[in-house]
Amino acid sequence: MSHSRRQWLRMSGAAVTLLSIPLPAIATPAALAQAQAQAYGERPIRDGRITLTVPALAENGHSVALAVSVDSPMTERDHVQRIDVWAEKNPLPLIGRFELSPLSGSAAVRTRIRLADSQTLSAVATLSDGTLWRASAQTIVTLAACTDFLI
Amino acid sequence: MSNASFGRVRIAVPAPEMAGAVIQIRTLIAHPMESGFRADARGQRLPRNIIERFECWLDDTPVFGCDLQPGIAANPFIEFALRAERSGTLHFLWRDQHGNEHREQRNLAVPG
Repeated sequence: MSHSRRQWLRMSGAAVTLLSIPLPAIATPAALAQAQAQAYGERPIRDGRITLTVPALAENGHSVALAVSVDSPMTERDHVQRIDVWAEKNPLPLIGRFELSPLSGSAAVRTRIRLADSQTLSAVATLSDGTLWRASAQTIVTLAACTDFLI
Repeated sequence: MSNASFGRVRIAVPAPEMAGAVIQIRTLIAHPMESGFRADARGQRLPRNIIERFECWLDDTPVFGCDLQPGIAANPFIEFALRAERSGTLHFLWRDQHGNEHREQRNLAVPG
Protein backbone atom coordinates (compact mmCIF):
# COMPACT_ATOMS: atom_id res chain seq x y z
CA MET A 1 0.00 0.00 0.00
CA SER A 2 2.68 2.46 1.01
CA HIS A 3 4.50 1.65 -2.18
CA SER A 4 1.55 2.57 -4.39
CA ARG A 5 0.93 5.67 -2.28
CA ARG A 6 4.53 6.74 -2.87
CA GLN A 7 4.15 6.07 -6.57
CA TRP A 8 1.02 8.13 -6.65
CA LEU A 9 2.74 10.97 -4.82
CA ARG A 10 5.64 10.83 -7.23
CA MET A 11 3.27 10.92 -10.19
CA SER A 12 1.24 13.80 -8.83
CA GLY A 13 4.48 15.62 -8.07
CA ALA A 14 5.51 15.20 -11.68
CA ALA A 15 2.11 16.47 -12.80
CA VAL A 16 2.44 19.55 -10.62
CA THR A 17 5.91 20.17 -12.02
CA LEU A 18 4.54 19.92 -15.56
CA LEU A 19 1.70 22.30 -14.79
CA SER A 20 3.94 24.84 -13.15
CA ILE A 21 6.28 25.25 -16.12
CA PRO A 22 5.92 28.97 -16.68
CA LEU A 23 4.15 29.98 -19.89
CA PRO A 24 5.79 32.70 -21.93
CA ALA A 25 3.26 35.29 -20.77
CA ILE A 26 5.51 38.23 -21.46
CA ALA A 27 8.22 38.26 -24.09
CA THR A 28 11.52 39.84 -23.26
CA PRO A 29 13.67 42.22 -25.30
CA ALA A 30 15.90 39.15 -25.83
CA ALA A 31 12.97 37.23 -27.37
CA LEU A 32 12.31 40.22 -29.62
CA ALA A 33 15.95 40.33 -30.70
CA GLN A 34 15.81 36.61 -31.48
CA ALA A 35 12.59 36.94 -33.50
CA GLN A 36 14.01 39.88 -35.45
CA ALA A 37 17.24 37.99 -36.11
CA GLN A 38 15.11 35.20 -37.57
CA ALA A 39 13.15 37.66 -39.70
CA TYR A 40 16.04 39.77 -41.00
CA GLY A 41 19.17 37.68 -40.52
CA GLU A 42 22.38 39.65 -40.51
CA ARG A 43 21.04 42.51 -42.64
CA PRO A 44 21.61 45.93 -41.05
CA ILE A 45 18.54 47.89 -39.92
CA ARG A 46 18.88 51.65 -40.15
CA ASP A 47 16.92 54.20 -38.15
CA GLY A 48 14.84 56.65 -40.15
CA ARG A 49 12.38 57.01 -43.05
CA ILE A 50 9.56 55.54 -40.94
CA THR A 51 7.12 57.34 -38.70
CA LEU A 52 5.48 55.19 -36.02
CA THR A 53 2.67 56.86 -34.13
CA VAL A 54 1.07 55.47 -30.98
CA PRO A 55 -0.51 57.41 -28.11
CA ALA A 56 2.09 58.33 -25.46
CA LEU A 57 -0.49 57.25 -22.89
CA ALA A 58 -2.84 54.40 -23.81
CA GLU A 59 -5.73 54.03 -21.40
CA ASN A 60 -6.81 50.62 -22.67
CA GLY A 61 -4.22 48.07 -23.72
CA HIS A 62 -6.91 46.00 -25.44
CA SER A 63 -7.15 48.49 -28.28
CA VAL A 64 -4.40 50.99 -29.05
CA ALA A 65 -4.42 53.00 -32.28
CA LEU A 66 -1.24 52.56 -34.29
CA ALA A 67 -0.16 54.37 -37.46
CA VAL A 68 2.92 53.66 -39.57
CA SER A 69 4.07 55.56 -42.60
CA VAL A 70 7.23 55.36 -44.65
CA ASP A 71 8.82 58.11 -46.71
CA SER A 72 8.75 56.42 -50.13
CA PRO A 73 7.68 57.39 -53.69
CA MET A 74 5.94 53.97 -53.99
CA THR A 75 6.93 53.48 -57.62
CA GLU A 76 7.65 50.19 -59.37
CA ARG A 77 11.39 50.78 -58.87
CA ASP A 78 11.33 52.19 -55.37
CA HIS A 79 8.62 51.11 -52.95
CA VAL A 80 7.99 49.62 -49.54
CA GLN A 81 7.38 45.89 -49.73
CA ARG A 82 6.64 45.10 -46.12
CA ILE A 83 6.17 46.70 -42.73
CA ASP A 84 6.47 44.58 -39.58
CA VAL A 85 5.27 45.85 -36.20
CA TRP A 86 7.02 44.54 -33.09
CA ALA A 87 6.28 44.74 -29.36
CA GLU A 88 9.03 43.87 -26.90
CA LYS A 89 6.77 42.91 -23.99
CA ASN A 90 3.79 41.17 -25.59
CA PRO A 91 3.51 37.36 -25.35
CA LEU A 92 4.37 37.27 -29.05
CA PRO A 93 6.84 39.89 -30.27
CA LEU A 94 5.35 40.17 -33.79
CA ILE A 95 2.04 42.03 -33.89
CA GLY A 96 1.40 42.19 -37.61
CA ARG A 97 3.04 42.12 -41.00
CA PHE A 98 1.75 44.44 -43.74
CA GLU A 99 2.52 43.87 -47.43
CA LEU A 100 2.45 46.86 -49.73
CA SER A 101 2.83 47.29 -53.48
CA PRO A 102 3.42 50.06 -56.02
CA LEU A 103 -0.39 50.21 -56.30
CA SER A 104 -0.46 51.36 -52.67
CA GLY A 105 0.58 54.84 -53.79
CA SER A 106 1.42 55.78 -50.22
CA ALA A 107 3.11 53.69 -47.54
CA ALA A 108 0.62 54.48 -44.78
CA VAL A 109 -1.05 51.85 -42.62
CA ARG A 110 -3.23 52.14 -39.55
CA THR A 111 -4.62 49.47 -37.22
CA ARG A 112 -5.47 48.80 -33.57
CA ILE A 113 -3.28 46.59 -31.42
CA ARG A 114 -3.12 44.94 -28.00
CA LEU A 115 -0.43 45.85 -25.50
CA ALA A 116 0.36 43.66 -22.49
CA ASP A 117 2.43 46.34 -20.78
CA SER A 118 4.00 49.77 -21.11
CA GLN A 119 6.78 49.29 -23.62
CA THR A 120 8.69 50.34 -26.70
CA LEU A 121 7.12 49.44 -30.05
CA SER A 122 9.04 49.29 -33.27
CA ALA A 123 8.22 49.09 -36.96
CA VAL A 124 10.65 47.71 -39.54
CA ALA A 125 10.13 48.41 -43.24
CA THR A 126 11.62 46.31 -46.04
CA LEU A 127 12.15 48.38 -49.18
CA SER A 128 12.27 47.10 -52.75
CA ASP A 129 16.05 47.71 -52.81
CA GLY A 130 16.39 45.29 -49.88
CA THR A 131 17.26 47.89 -47.24
CA LEU A 132 15.65 47.78 -43.81
CA TRP A 133 14.48 50.81 -41.85
CA ARG A 134 13.23 51.09 -38.30
CA ALA A 135 11.31 53.48 -36.09
CA SER A 136 10.45 53.11 -32.41
CA ALA A 137 7.89 54.66 -30.12
CA GLN A 138 7.19 54.36 -26.44
CA THR A 139 3.76 54.05 -24.91
CA ILE A 140 2.53 53.85 -21.34
CA VAL A 141 -0.43 51.49 -20.85
CA THR A 142 -2.80 52.19 -17.95
CA LEU A 143 -5.00 49.09 -18.31
CA ALA A 144 -2.82 46.33 -19.72
CA ALA A 145 -4.27 43.64 -21.95
CA CYS A 146 -2.35 41.16 -19.76
CA THR A 147 -4.68 41.57 -16.78
CA ASP A 148 -6.58 38.52 -17.99
CA PHE A 149 -3.65 36.70 -19.58
CA LEU A 150 -2.75 33.28 -18.18
CA ILE A 151 0.47 33.52 -16.21
CA MET B 1 -18.27 27.93 -42.30
CA SER B 2 -20.01 26.60 -39.19
CA ASN B 3 -17.19 27.46 -36.78
CA ALA B 4 -16.42 30.85 -38.34
CA SER B 5 -16.59 33.85 -36.04
CA PHE B 6 -16.86 36.57 -38.68
CA GLY B 7 -19.39 39.29 -37.92
CA ARG B 8 -20.46 42.51 -39.51
CA VAL B 9 -18.08 44.10 -42.01
CA ARG B 10 -17.57 47.78 -42.69
CA ILE B 11 -15.54 48.97 -45.65
CA ALA B 12 -15.00 52.62 -46.58
CA VAL B 13 -13.66 53.30 -50.07
CA PRO B 14 -13.49 57.08 -50.62
CA ALA B 15 -14.29 58.20 -54.16
CA PRO B 16 -11.06 59.32 -55.87
CA GLU B 17 -11.23 62.90 -57.16
CA MET B 18 -9.15 62.11 -60.21
CA ALA B 19 -7.12 59.32 -61.76
CA GLY B 20 -3.91 58.78 -59.80
CA ALA B 21 -5.31 60.12 -56.53
CA VAL B 22 -4.24 58.17 -53.44
CA ILE B 23 -7.16 57.11 -51.27
CA GLN B 24 -7.12 55.55 -47.80
CA ILE B 25 -9.31 52.44 -47.61
CA ARG B 26 -10.63 51.55 -44.16
CA THR B 27 -11.86 48.06 -43.24
CA LEU B 28 -13.30 46.59 -40.06
CA ILE B 29 -14.67 43.12 -39.41
CA ALA B 30 -16.34 41.95 -36.21
CA HIS B 31 -14.30 39.07 -34.79
CA PRO B 32 -13.17 38.19 -31.22
CA MET B 33 -9.47 37.70 -32.18
CA GLU B 34 -9.21 35.42 -29.14
CA SER B 35 -5.50 35.53 -28.41
CA GLY B 36 -5.05 32.11 -26.77
CA PHE B 37 -3.40 33.84 -23.80
CA ARG B 38 -6.60 34.42 -21.84
CA ALA B 39 -8.45 32.31 -19.28
CA ASP B 40 -12.18 32.06 -18.69
CA ALA B 41 -13.79 32.51 -15.25
CA ARG B 42 -12.91 28.91 -14.33
CA GLY B 43 -9.26 29.32 -15.20
CA GLN B 44 -9.51 27.32 -18.41
CA ARG B 45 -7.41 28.61 -21.27
CA LEU B 46 -9.56 30.05 -24.05
CA PRO B 47 -8.32 28.54 -27.32
CA ARG B 48 -6.83 30.83 -29.89
CA ASN B 49 -9.30 31.91 -32.55
CA ILE B 50 -7.93 34.62 -34.79
CA ILE B 51 -8.09 35.95 -38.31
CA GLU B 52 -4.66 35.23 -39.77
CA ARG B 53 -4.86 36.86 -43.17
CA PHE B 54 -6.38 39.90 -44.84
CA GLU B 55 -6.01 40.73 -48.54
CA CYS B 56 -7.20 43.40 -50.90
CA TRP B 57 -7.04 42.98 -54.68
CA LEU B 58 -8.00 45.35 -57.51
CA ASP B 59 -9.43 42.91 -60.07
CA ASP B 60 -6.56 40.39 -60.31
CA THR B 61 -3.78 42.64 -58.97
CA PRO B 62 -2.80 42.40 -55.31
CA VAL B 63 -2.98 45.79 -53.57
CA PHE B 64 -2.37 45.03 -49.94
CA GLY B 65 -1.95 42.06 -47.59
CA CYS B 66 -1.65 41.60 -43.87
CA ASP B 67 -0.61 38.70 -41.61
CA LEU B 68 -2.47 39.21 -38.36
CA GLN B 69 -1.18 37.95 -35.01
CA PRO B 70 -2.96 37.78 -31.62
CA GLY B 71 -1.50 41.25 -30.95
CA ILE B 72 -4.09 42.76 -33.31
CA ALA B 73 -7.10 44.00 -31.33
CA ALA B 74 -10.55 42.39 -31.51
CA ASN B 75 -12.68 43.46 -34.46
CA PRO B 76 -9.62 44.08 -36.61
CA PHE B 77 -9.45 47.53 -38.16
CA ILE B 78 -7.04 47.91 -41.05
CA GLU B 79 -6.47 51.05 -43.07
CA PHE B 80 -4.21 51.17 -46.11
CA ALA B 81 -3.66 53.29 -49.21
CA LEU B 82 -4.44 52.75 -52.87
CA ARG B 83 -3.38 54.80 -55.90
CA ALA B 84 -6.60 54.87 -57.90
CA GLU B 85 -5.46 54.81 -61.51
CA ARG B 86 -8.26 52.81 -63.06
CA SER B 87 -11.75 51.71 -62.26
CA GLY B 88 -12.33 48.13 -61.24
CA THR B 89 -13.61 45.82 -58.58
CA LEU B 90 -11.94 45.73 -55.19
CA HIS B 91 -11.92 42.27 -53.62
CA PHE B 92 -11.50 41.95 -49.86
CA LEU B 93 -10.68 38.65 -48.13
CA TRP B 94 -10.39 37.67 -44.48
CA ARG B 95 -9.22 34.14 -43.59
CA ASP B 96 -9.23 32.71 -40.06
CA GLN B 97 -6.87 30.10 -38.61
CA HIS B 98 -9.35 27.32 -39.46
CA GLY B 99 -9.37 28.26 -43.13
CA ASN B 100 -12.81 29.89 -43.10
CA GLU B 101 -12.99 32.85 -45.45
CA HIS B 102 -15.13 35.94 -45.71
CA ARG B 103 -15.14 37.89 -48.96
CA GLU B 104 -16.50 41.28 -49.95
CA GLN B 105 -16.47 43.35 -53.12
CA ARG B 106 -16.67 47.08 -53.71
CA ASN B 107 -16.63 49.09 -56.91
CA LEU B 108 -13.84 51.54 -57.50
CA ALA B 109 -14.94 54.26 -59.92
CA VAL B 110 -12.12 56.48 -61.13
CA PRO B 111 -13.17 59.67 -63.01
CA GLY B 112 -12.04 60.15 -66.60
